[in-house]
Amino acid sequence: MKDEANKGKNPIPMLDQLEGGKWPSFVTGLKRLRDEGTESNQAIMNDLLGQLNHSYEERLGFWKGGTLSVLGYGGGIIPRFSEVADKFPASKEFHTLRIMPPAGNHYTTDLLRQLADIWERHGSGLIAFHGQSGDIMFQGCSSEAAQPAFDELNELGFDLGGAGPALRTAMNCVGAARCEQSCYNEIKTHRAIINRFIDEMHRPALPYKFKFKFSGCANDCVNAIHRADFAVIGTWRDDMKVNQEEVKKHVAKVGRKYTIDTVISMCPTRALSLNDDDTLDVDNKSCVRCMHCINVMTKALSPGDDRGASVMIGGKRSLKVGDMMGIMIKPFIKLDTDEELEELEEFAETCIEFFADNALEHERVGETIDRIGLPSFLEAVGVEADPNMVNHPRTSSYVRTDDFDEEADKWFERKAAEAGLTADAE
Amino acid sequence: MKDQAEKPRMPTESGVPDPFPFMHPTLKANYGNWDWHDRPRAGVLHHVSKTGEEVWTVRAGTQRQMDVFTIRKLADIGDEFADGHIRFTTRSNIEFMVADEAKVAPLVEKLTAEGFPVGGTGASVSMISHTQGWLHCDIPGTDASGVVKGLMDMLHDEFVQEKMPNRVRITTSCCQINCGGQGDIAVNVQYTKPPKINHDLVANVCERPTVVARCPVAAIRPAMVDGKPSLEIDEKKCVCCGACYPPCPPMQINSAESTKIAIWVGGKHSNARSKPTFHKLAVAGLPNNPPHWPEVTAVVQKIVQAYKADAKHWERIGEWIERIGWNRFFELTDLAFTKHHLDTWTGARKTLNTSAHVHF
Repeated sequence: MKDEANKGKNPIPMLDQLEGGKWPSFVTGLKRLRDEGTESNQAIMNDLLGQLNHSYEERLGFWKGGTLSVLGYGGGIIPRFSEVADKFPASKEFHTLRIMPPAGNHYTTDLLRQLADIWERHGSGLIAFHGQSGDIMFQGCSSEAAQPAFDELNELGFDLGGAGPALRTAMNCVGAARCEQSCYNEIKTHRAIINRFIDEMHRPALPYKFKFKFSGCANDCVNAIHRADFAVIGTWRDDMKVNQEEVKKHVAKVGRKYTIDTVISMCPTRALSLNDDDTLDVDNKSCVRCMHCINVMTKALSPGDDRGASVMIGGKRSLKVGDMMGIMIKPFIKLDTDEELEELEEFAETCIEFFADNALEHERVGETIDRIGLPSFLEAVGVEADPNMVNHPRTSSYVRTDDFDEEADKWFERKAAEAGLTADAE
Repeated sequence: MKDQAEKPRMPTESGVPDPFPFMHPTLKANYGNWDWHDRPRAGVLHHVSKTGEEVWTVRAGTQRQMDVFTIRKLADIGDEFADGHIRFTTRSNIEFMVADEAKVAPLVEKLTAEGFPVGGTGASVSMISHTQGWLHCDIPGTDASGVVKGLMDMLHDEFVQEKMPNRVRITTSCCQINCGGQGDIAVNVQYTKPPKINHDLVANVCERPTVVARCPVAAIRPAMVDGKPSLEIDEKKCVCCGACYPPCPPMQINSAESTKIAIWVGGKHSNARSKPTFHKLAVAGLPNNPPHWPEVTAVVQKIVQAYKADAKHWERIGEWIERIGWNRFFELTDLAFTKHHLDTWTGARKTLNTSAHVHF
């Protein structure tokens, strides 16, 4: 009987071993599609499992890329053709549709079911929530199924994400939807920026990829500094808010020594001290908005009221000069009004245009900045040098400084203008 | 059919979908108006808004690569035990939001019974951020989901409780491009041999100047091999990074024997306390050993347990090592410190100790 039930099924002894253990098994899911899916799902999954098991045995991958897109677009689908299609023909084409999720990854259960139904009909029935760049990955369809699958998803209000040398799908943290530490409207900002430049996503024409990510505070839950060419990180510029009664309660609950060890001593700029009456003394001028004390004392401490964001540019993964983090380019912008958001969009446009015009092929903007030097980049995108851009000023004297006085005058003029603005406001 | 051929459907370029129609009503009503939060138990977040409204979030681990049956099961759980709204975290955990505290315990019980571990909050080991591997990628040296399955089986207890000094974020990557990203612990493919070139294919498959330009150490040159235009590699210069392989698959970087695994430690995304950091090499040369990768899981377990036993509350792995020193780290984890741990890349000097500070 057992042999009868397994008739026609590829043996997968290596993968079978990944069904035990306490963590949900992806193999169990693939096997269920093979055994209980639609007729098409069953065939695709049987051979997909066969190929994957073959990889486990040979310790090699057997997919190759290619080109595939839907009408009107030039990217967003990751084509995969099997190199072992003679053994596993039903999954010889196993393409992925990258689809942008609702900003912040919010779904209703009905929506989840609709997405599953579409992919059960047109693809393998396997979906990843989500890929590293933030897309829903609809994995495994044939070349001819890509268009009808996309059409249905598109009718449902979904659009293809980015791939190749193009603007990529972005991400934002849960932010204002469920987090008191949120410093700007992440969803609105994310959608405004990406939707403004959507043409750059769907018709790849940039030197290489360009990624935006939006985190509501310096905890950076979407890893923007490491992973985004253009990171928008929430912060504030007035004083942190302290509820001293809650501070006292916290100290009473966890103890004075523990509070000192886990809050006061861990402040990176020694901006905190505990008063004799168990209230908190904050040196706000020294605070760098790192979020640590606020993370520990969630009820007592919170970001200030004058909230906004920093912009950091140039983060990327290894290829090819090594990993890079974004550089602080705009220490503080406001994002409360439509005009302020428009200013950020325009700055983003300037940066994308700079990237399109100046980056070498297959160069990320962080590499371009390294190649030409930060001062040239700042000049190109119209930003003045700021002490928040550096860990410390240069240590090398090998620089031509014959216009130092003019540059210094600009600084003092700028400072005077800022002081004037502050005086006017008061 | 004929109509379709005559008038193809053009896409509605709708961009990023508006999430508000799908968002839990309590989140929508209190958007931008939250006050504070706490964690009543591992895997459960409790947020309170300035109006006093409350929402509880139950977080559970998933296998990320989900079949439609799993997706429908999660949807059914969301309907029966929660309010019909879910979201996913950046680490592929699913979150169910409920506006009634009474719904939390039955939801936790149901998810656990259905095999979705509840946890991943606070000072726990959360789900591993990972890539596609042999399942779908065109250049992988190893699998992703299989490695992750083995690691999360081992770390299950640390996912469902909050007993680590601080959160632990693990990543895996199937090639040295490192799509999995930076992690407190990163499990990444490390190639150990220069690519073997399939000279028969290069001329037809590869744009040779692009491949030459892609090499970070200028080790690749155009060459004629057996009368055919191909490429050659200066193997003394080659750093075995694999950068030439994606644009030119005949540069075969992978092999069953030479593709190894390296483990890196001390990467950190957050700006809390210390500035964000990159992960640093802990050990290389581990075998690529499916389906359980036992050598890899053993090292990860050793690092996790050493950190758990020795770090102070709120120290991340990198911050812990910063305090105790690398000397002690290698002692506590029984790993070897070798010449390969000395950076030789651009900027290497900044990674060297140019002080008299020494850990004994």
